[in-house]
Amino acid sequence: MINSLFLINPSGEIFLEKHWKSVVSRSVCDYFLEAKEKALEPEDVPPVIHTPHHYLISIYRDKLFFLSVIQTEVPPLFVIEFLHRVAEMIQDYFGECSETVVKDHMVMVYELLEEMLDNGFPLATESNVLKEMIRPPTILRSVVNTLTGTSNVGDTLPTGQPSTIPWRRAGVRYTNNEAYFDVVEEIDAILDQSGTTVFAEIQGVVEACVKLSGMPDLTLSFMNPRLLDDVSFHPCVRYKLWESERVLSFIPPDGNFTLMTYHVNAQNLVAIPVYVKQSISFFECGSDGRLDVTVGPKQTMGKTVEGVMVTVHLPKTILSINLTATQGSYTYDNGTKLLVWDIGKLNPQKLPNLRGSLSLQAGAPKPEENPSLNIDLNIQQLAISGLKVNRLDMFGEKYKPFKGVKYITKAGKFQVRT
Amino acid sequence: MLSMSTNNLSYNDQGGSDSAVEVGQETTPTSSNAGAGFGLFSTNFKKNDDLKEMLESNKDSLKLDAMKRIIALIAKGKNASELFPAVVKNVASKNIELKKLVYVYLVRYAEEQQDLALLSISTFQRALKDPNQLIRASALRVLSSIRVPIIVPIMMLAIKEAASDMSPYVRKTSAHAIQKLYSLDPDQKEHLIEVIDKLLKDKSTLVAGSVVMAFEEVCPDRIDLIHKNYRKLCNLLVDVEEWGQVVIITMLTRYARTQFTSPWKEDGLFDENSETAFYESDEKKTKNGDEKKSYMMDPDHRLLLRNTKPLLQSRNTAVVVSVAQLYWHLAPKHEVGVITKSLVRLLRSHREVQYVVLQNIATMSIQRKGMFEPYMKSFYVRSTDATHIKSLKLEILTSLANEANISTILREFQTYVKSQDKQFAAGTIQAIGRCATNISEVTDTCLQGLVLLLSNRDETVVAESVVVIKKLLQTQPTQHSDIIKHMAKLFDNIAVPMARASILWLMGEYCERVPQIAPDVLRKMAKSFTSEEDIVKLQTVNLAAKLYLTNSKQTKLLTQYILNLGKYDQNYDIRDRTRFIRQLIVPNEKSGALGKYARRILLAPKPAPVLESTYKDRDRYQLGTLSHTINTKASGYLELSDWPAVAPDQSVRNVEVIEPVKEWAPSLGKTGKSKLSKSSDDKFYSDSGEEKEKGSGSSSSEDSSSEESSSEAESDEEKSSSQSSEESDKSSSQSEKSSSESDSEQKKTTKKPPQKKTVKPTAKDSDSDENGNVAKETSSSSAEETSSGSESGSDADSHSGTERKKKTKSKAKPKMEVKSTKEVSLLKEVSLLDLDDFTPTPVTRPKMSVLSPSLLGDLEGLSLSNISSTIQVSGPAFVPEKSHDLLHRMTGKGLSAQYQFPRQPCLYQPTMVSVQISLTNTTDHPLEQIHIGDRDPTGLDMHCFNAIECLLPEASVTVSLGVDFNDSTQAANFQLCTKEDQFSVSIQPAVGELFLPATMTEQDFRKEQGKLLGMNESSATITMAAENTTRQPISRQVATVANLGVVPSGQDNIHRFAGKTASSGALVLVTVELRELSAALITINTEKSVMGPMLLRDLKRALARA
Repeated sequence: MINSLFLINPSGEIFLEKHWKSVVSRSVCDYFLEAKEKALEPEDVPPVIHTPHHYLISIYRDKLFFLSVIQTEVPPLFVIEFLHRVAEMIQDYFGECSETVVKDHMVMVYELLEEMLDNGFPLATESNVLKEMIRPPTILRSVVNTLTGTSNVGDTLPTGQPSTIPWRRAGVRYTNNEAYFDVVEEIDAILDQSGTTVFAEIQGVVEACVKLSGMPDLTLSFMNPRLLDDVSFHPCVRYKLWESERVLSFIPPDGNFTLMTYHVNAQNLVAIPVYVKQSISFFECGSDGRLDVTVGPKQTMGKTVEGVMVTVHLPKTILSINLTATQGSYTYDNGTKLLVWDIGKLNPQKLPNLRGSLSLQAGAPKPEENPSLNIDLNIQQLAISGLKVNRLDMFGEKYKPFKGVKYITKAGKFQVRT
Repeated sequence: MLSMSTNNLSYNDQGGSDSAVEVGQETTPTSSNAGAGFGLFSTNFKKNDDLKEMLESNKDSLKLDAMKRIIALIAKGKNASELFPAVVKNVASKNIELKKLVYVYLVRYAEEQQDLALLSISTFQRALKDPNQLIRASALRVLSSIRVPIIVPIMMLAIKEAASDMSPYVRKTSAHAIQKLYSLDPDQKEHLIEVIDKLLKDKSTLVAGSVVMAFEEVCPDRIDLIHKNYRKLCNLLVDVEEWGQVVIITMLTRYARTQFTSPWKEDGLFDENSETAFYESDEKKTKNGDEKKSYMMDPDHRLLLRNTKPLLQSRNTAVVVSVAQLYWHLAPKHEVGVITKSLVRLLRSHREVQYVVLQNIATMSIQRKGMFEPYMKSFYVRSTDATHIKSLKLEILTSLANEANISTILREFQTYVKSQDKQFAAGTIQAIGRCATNISEVTDTCLQGLVLLLSNRDETVVAESVVVIKKLLQTQPTQHSDIIKHMAKLFDNIAVPMARASILWLMGEYCERVPQIAPDVLRKMAKSFTSEEDIVKLQTVNLAAKLYLTNSKQTKLLTQYILNLGKYDQNYDIRDRTRFIRQLIVPNEKSGALGKYARRILLAPKPAPVLESTYKDRDRYQLGTLSHTINTKASGYLELSDWPAVAPDQSVRNVEVIEPVKEWAPSLGKTGKSKLSKSSDDKFYSDSGEEKEKGSGSSSSEDSSSEESSSEAESDEEKSSSQSSEESDKSSSQSEKSSSESDSEQKKTTKKPPQKKTVKPTAKDSDSDENGNVAKETSSSSAEETSSGSESGSDADSHSGTERKKKTKSKAKPKMEVKSTKEVSLLKEVSLLDLDDFTPTPVTRPKMSVLSPSLLGDLEGLSLSNISSTIQVSGPAFVPEKSHDLLHRMTGKGLSAQYQFPRQPCLYQPTMVSVQISLTNTTDHPLEQIHIGDRDPTGLDMHCFNAIECLLPEASVTVSLGVDFNDSTQAANFQLCTKEDQFSVSIQPAVGELFLPATMTEQDFRKEQGKLLGMNESSATITMAAENTTRQPISRQVATVANLGVVPSGQDNIHRFAGKTASSGALVLVTVELRELSAALITINTEKSVMGPMLLRDLKRALARA
């Protein structure tokens, strides 16, 4: 299956390599680097590259390339999914996934990779299991280790591993037992010039942070599960019970995890929380143009829209811009032609507006198409689909946990065409 | 650090002064923590020398530091092989962390330093015998990773041993080791296949994925190894870890293609041979009857489809796509639709996932437009998408286009054409071209649109438009001479060679339609010929030749001029072409016969190009594979065979021992129901690790031949078989009955303290971690059946606890049961009512299946808030003691039987109603072999009781029966048999017994009632009997008639009751509203339109009774 893994930074330097079968020379990466040179953006590098003797499957994540070398037929998604798990694992252990972090914890990352695959086949990818074998670094522990000479490597087999609930470690103890659930919904939408919705849907995810002692068996039910059109679950969720009764019944992993993701029935009209009035125009003669963008709240269910941000990829022929924002501030990078207007909270009384002039490079033709606007926003304490958690029941343990549910709505891929 | 390096240097100089090393040791621990600062060492030489020192010191911390630095070197891809001798010495270190790092190092460099690597082997051999399973596993992992051919026999031995290890984790490791050994020495194949065969029989979910992986690598063609394990794999699938699922599903897809007939044929050729008949008799799945007339889907085929479907909900995208491809390749056409939603969901995932999923959708959408059409908008392109994602989405949108949606798609395309990403805009134009050819209605519109694009400012867009227009015109040139003219006018402004060449070709091809313009274009070309690109020059020559043939008067000179220019061109292609054309068209003595045909050669009508998708023929590769993604056959790709015309023998998948032990684990979190298992709490999900806490008592029977141990194993096996058979909805009656009863016996005992066995534990070297059953497994290799039984025992033990009453064992007659399902065990008394626990059966509506009132009581104590507002099945409010005659002692020749409805949820299957039968022997001689004989063939699904070996005179026994009445009051007819006689009897249920009580809140009741109006409502007004006007009597009366639960009511005059029908789980809501003058309105809301009135009638009678 997976033969080798190379971590490559955006400038093409290979800073970590790991082989699970016989060693593959790092020169194999040249094919990849070549493809990377050709691509304009790092995202444009094809995920699967076919070389004479190997197949290279790569992902680009957190400004790093994870490149795996394959020698025989294997489902490409198998590899892609695994590579993402590696990235998530690094994030989970060290707080972020970046070149510096990996370089700082080179040995631990290497050990983790050793545990995650055996002969190229995933062995332990559950964070709960890995953390029992190789404990994540904490400041306290590194001090203790230095003083006592103990190590970060667990010496017992993780109890979760051979059991039927591999996702949960055994013997969890907390003084404060708590279970928090975040219902995060993202609106994916495309609006056209006139503000009409071309396409809109809601994707949601239930993130959980469960710190409960023992082996709790939780049941989470929704007030209106019918809203959910398509769902996917963490392996801990009992599918049959969902099928028959629309409740989530599960023995949770310890710590943070994604309980479920869902898609809200497309028939329900999606409430678009903001409207955008924009006019971007370039004059036919003379190298000049105007930009005027106003953002206002629309269907917000009485909540405040926060963290509003407008991102525009301006045409390459723009020379400079001169804008004024009535609220928030904007930044403009002349190299990438990226205009970011950070508005913050939307005030319905005083709508934020950004206007000013754009100047084109001398002699450049008027751009064909106006750039589209990408909107970012979040609304606290609201799930835009109206989904509500009904209750959380716990079985199997005697204590009373502290429970909490938080709702938040965000803009996903929210795009306004102009 | 710095001081250390100087010390080491001095050490080197002096050639071994101890003091220097001492200093070095003292300084390091303080300065280097976690090896952060090794950047100080600049050259490799220095570093390595110093590392050697550290490794040879006798302080673990120093060694550890050294190893960490070495591993960091390896991670960076630097060569650290020269340290091998120093490192390998530490392989036996006591320090676990150090040892681990040494292992990592060894695996990396052993291949290069084979001789030295051998030094470490003995350490691993010792570790393979370690009592700790983690150490055994990691020793095997490392040993098998050392790629040194000389140790192949040692590895082989180790793998064989590990394959029968008691720890599933070690067995999993051995499955991985098989692949490693195979790649090291393919000659071992035969031996390895033996091990694979053995491991395939393993029932642990942990092992399944890994061994199938090994199977795929070593012997993918040995399909015969799968037969016996097919059903087990299907049933385990949902609980295998996600990576294993992918591998198993892919393998099963291939398997199914060789074993089943195609479900795609409309007129199946499946003939009803003896095999099908055989199958029908013991598996009822085929009755689902969703198949067409003569085609009968193999139940195993259906099993696979059904068991993979839940995995579409997996969070792992690889699993989802593998299920999708399984459905695509195996499911009947009308069922493939279920995968659409899940695939579309994956489009929200990472860019790389999108890429692969879109590719698969692209292939599918060509064959099955309908599948993805409703989700068309999900394929709309965003400006932030990566280029390859954009083009894939375009591809799919184009495939989805049809008459109905083309206008929407074209409008969307219009936006794309204006995109800043010109490559993408060009792609869109091609897509428009494809739509235009595929859908004739819009060809003209598209053409007009494309012509407008010709005035676009961007060259690539214009060029692409020209090329596409050219292709379109070729299909219908007659009407469009004005477009050709328009293009000719634009010619001067177009600089892209491909576009210019296309226009020239068009001119030449249709020169007769534009007789005025073509020569003029040629004239212009003659002028600029030398500065044109090669491709344009070639087309110029072509144009010249064609014009010469059609209009030689005007163009003769021009042609000659161009031919002369071409003759001296730098490019030999052009020189060649010129020479050829000249010979062809200019008549001279040498040209011969060919010249006559010049016109026909050059102006032959040319077929229009077909614009089609590049994904057209991708389906020759299995979807989801690497080969499909790269569109070439990847090495190691296994072809998906075509369906066989006639299905191979199906019986090969039958497993002799009762039913295959499909699911040892009720723990199947996803299928099960475990949250209600409060009383057995953690045993539910337990594993061998947990067993050690409580299983010591039973860790006995090392002696596998002992009656006890085998019976124990057996009963476990029965249990698992009962579960599996329940799940798969087929009742192979006798075996199941007996097994689940003995199972219930075991359950009863689980709460009791561990019972000491008489056989004393002789455990060889079974460490305390492992329970006896597991240990036994390794030792017992003798009797095939026994060993398989004990294996299942080791696993099944995990949920029921290992202790079991001897009583159970003495009752069970295991050997008979193994051999034949007809044999029954002697059970003196079985009463389901006594159950404290239940079998966590994988059921469709589990809540109602298993909750006994006592259990509910337990739950209430434990849970936070037990009464959820959702509708829950609860215990019966009232159990009537009324019993009915089943068999009178006169007709039964002394055997009398009475039945009553205990109103307990049925344990065998949630859809069944449990019936208790009391059998009494009124004769003066014992009655033998009381059992249920033939049943009404059209009749109802029944779960029979175990045969009663012997009923003494004047004795009576109560047995339980489960009957699925299918929510009708139709009587269940069957034969009650003794050794000598048979009696036809029938159980006639009252309508009220077909319910299970439900609790719900008043709001829920109202809400549900609101949904069941109109046809689903039946009501009547009655005059109540005087005593029935208060809450209690009403509740009692209603409960007597029907097994319903009381719903708390806010109003005094309204009483509500709720229940669900046992078979289909339909809600039944009863409202009794008291009016003035002892009148009452009874309303029943249920979608069971037959049961409603019947229940109403019974209630009327009961409430009105004086």
